[in-house]
Amino acid sequence: MAESYATEHEVSHPGLQHHFENMDQQREASALGMWVFLVTEIMFFGGMFLAYTLYRWKYPESFEVASNHLDIWLGAVNTVVLICSSFTMALTVYCTQIGRQQLQILFLVLTMIFGVTFLGIKAVEYKQKYDDNLIPGRLIPGHPFNPSVQEEGKPADKHKLHLIPGATVRNVELFYWIYFAMTGMHALHMIIGLGIMLVLLFFSVRGRYGPEYHNPIEISGLYWHFVDIVWIFLFPLLYLLGRHIGHG
Amino acid sequence: MEEFKVPPPSKINYLNAEYGLKSWLLTRDHKRIALLYLGSISFFFMIGGIYAMLIRLELLTPHGQLLTSTTYNKVFTQHGIIMVFFFLIPSIPATLGNFLVPLMIGAKDLAFPRINLLSWYIYMLGGIVTIYALLAGGVDTGWTFYVPFSTTFSNSYVVATGLGIFISGFSSILTGLNFIVTIHTMRAPGMTWFRMPLFIWAHYATSLIMILGTPVIAITILLLAFERLAHVGIFDPALGGDPILFQHLFWFYSHPAVYIMVLPGMGVVSELIANFSRKNVFGYKFVAFSSLAIAIFGFLVWGHHLFVASQSVYAGMIFSFLSFAVAIPSAVKVFNWSATLYKGSISYETPMLYGLGFIGLFTIGGMTGLFLAALAVDVHLSDTYFVIAHFHYIMVGGTLLAYLGGLHYWWPKITGRMYPEGWGRFSALVVFIGFNLTFLPQFVLGYMGMPRRYHYYPEEFQVLHVLSTAGASILGVGLLIPAIYLLWSMRYGPIAPANPWHLPGLEWRTQSPPPTENFEQTPVVTWEAYEFAPIDEMEVVGRYGESKAEV
Repeated sequence: MAESYATEHEVSHPGLQHHFENMDQQREASALGMWVFLVTEIMFFGGMFLAYTLYRWKYPESFEVASNHLDIWLGAVNTVVLICSSFTMALTVYCTQIGRQQLQILFLVLTMIFGVTFLGIKAVEYKQKYDDNLIPGRLIPGHPFNPSVQEEGKPADKHKLHLIPGATVRNVELFYWIYFAMTGMHALHMIIGLGIMLVLLFFSVRGRYGPEYHNPIEISGLYWHFVDIVWIFLFPLLYLLGRHIGHG
Repeated sequence: MEEFKVPPPSKINYLNAEYGLKSWLLTRDHKRIALLYLGSISFFFMIGGIYAMLIRLELLTPHGQLLTSTTYNKVFTQHGIIMVFFFLIPSIPATLGNFLVPLMIGAKDLAFPRINLLSWYIYMLGGIVTIYALLAGGVDTGWTFYVPFSTTFSNSYVVATGLGIFISGFSSILTGLNFIVTIHTMRAPGMTWFRMPLFIWAHYATSLIMILGTPVIAITILLLAFERLAHVGIFDPALGGDPILFQHLFWFYSHPAVYIMVLPGMGVVSELIANFSRKNVFGYKFVAFSSLAIAIFGFLVWGHHLFVASQSVYAGMIFSFLSFAVAIPSAVKVFNWSATLYKGSISYETPMLYGLGFIGLFTIGGMTGLFLAALAVDVHLSDTYFVIAHFHYIMVGGTLLAYLGGLHYWWPKITGRMYPEGWGRFSALVVFIGFNLTFLPQFVLGYMGMPRRYHYYPEEFQVLHVLSTAGASILGVGLLIPAIYLLWSMRYGPIAPANPWHLPGLEWRTQSPPPTENFEQTPVVTWEAYEFAPIDEMEVVGRYGESKAEV
């Protein structure tokens, strides 16, 4: 039925959907749609940031102990990797807009490689926490939260928790739950982003996007930058705050 | 008036453009999706209504003779969950809003038709998961899921129910997103922001709450589910968590959610009052901006649910003040509707009866809210039937009446058939009487100290409970009548003209029911909202007759 209402504008570009008047309107709508979606994402992560803030205020010592136990180098490398991926994503959008299809595909692939690298490093970190029995609660059945605590006078062991006065193992567990909830939700968003890019890659190779029609690339870029920005907040909050107090 | 020429009815409209189950289940037409929502929402309303009947029957006697305590806990919990998350929140936006937002601004569809269809599937998935939880054994935490009862001690299906609510929340987010983008980018030429009907302003404000609030309840329920399943503590004090954090997060969404329920209703009532008084709304811009003000203030008052939950007194004072402040934009609406009626050319069709009922009942509901916003009074009234009566005046007396009024008002546009006016007026009266008889006694009960969520009560309360149950039965009959005659009218009702109420709005300038793309040509708007011409200039005869164009 919808076909019979087709007017001349519909043949103007295959990417134009029937209910839009022209490409500009369609582009504006999809960009605004993504921005609104990102607002919902901010509110979604906001709940966890609130929980983090509350318990950091309530249990500062335990949070410092737990934070010091994270591997700052893996976190820092991952931050650089993600910023690079944001850069290549921005280049993907730019190359699409100016019609350089080869470069567009190249940068898209690079972005994906950076994304996978991030997830790989994250997996290494998770594995370390697993080995140190730092997975909170019964998240993994049969593998409870049970870290060994550094004792006075024994040689320092980086696999053990260095408790300072005021810190408790129970509240360290709370930190690790917040850590896994936030970084896990972040990683999930990256996996979704990589899935989106796979679709974009498929259509890019077929030459679907160009100067005329590039809003899917553009709004996926917006999404990817958002996911990066979440990490930009997570890294200092989880890894850096309180580092000066710890065991050094 | 040139622009009132309605195109002669074409045989083809959105209902008969395609046939078959597939054409409905895969449709991207906002009007068909609205009808999908209408059907499924009515189904959930029926389930919620059955639970309401069980509650009222149980409270007929003071000794809890019908249900065990565990069952009673489940019944009132499930009544709340179904009614709040699966009826009230989607009710007006997902049905009337979905149908009318593009029509009223002169668009062919919502900005994202596929996302619109997706939102219905998500809603249904959430609904099915919740129904599964109810059938598997139900949930007994109260619709508020307070911790640590819900995380640690309850032996019911908290996670499954929470999952259902979590899923259905995304349908609400997607609907809000779609409305915001549509209203920003899809308005017809000449449809400026201040020419939009107030229904659209109300939906814009509602959508803001949907996108800002719903993600917070999503993450809250997710954390709750993990806490229950994996014993990781955020909320349970035994695990180092803080139960007050849960209450803050929960009410940060669930208080604004009240405005998700009532703002679209206010939009409907603005339409009804203006159109059945045949007068421009008094202070159009004030009414428009009061919707936005309610949406904004609505996010700053959640703490009034924590007055007796160890919140600091200073926080309580600020939240109390802000809660009083919400009364200002709400009162702007009520006063402006009243001023619109003044010297209007009022006619009392069924939708108008619902609209007038809304104003009265919403005023009572709003004024009793001020009692609860007062710190000291709330200590006495908190968790009593006064609270129950207060929010039912807003949700049933407000939202449900507006929903029914809107459904009658746009029924000719939606189905192309008129409903029987006599039955309509009669049932509007029955609903009004039944509703007041149900909930007025509950104010008294609450004031006298009857706590909510109890089914054993002192015998001196029985008279008021019996009154309330009698009212609920009348209300039930009042809701059954429209269910029957609306279904009847879809087949046997008189054929509706394009503009049965002789109104200037864009949705009345296309045939009933509208074609798939709403308008034959993209309309160009050159008039203000609610710009009424004398009826005879609107070239229509007889309320149910055919338009002159056909004669």
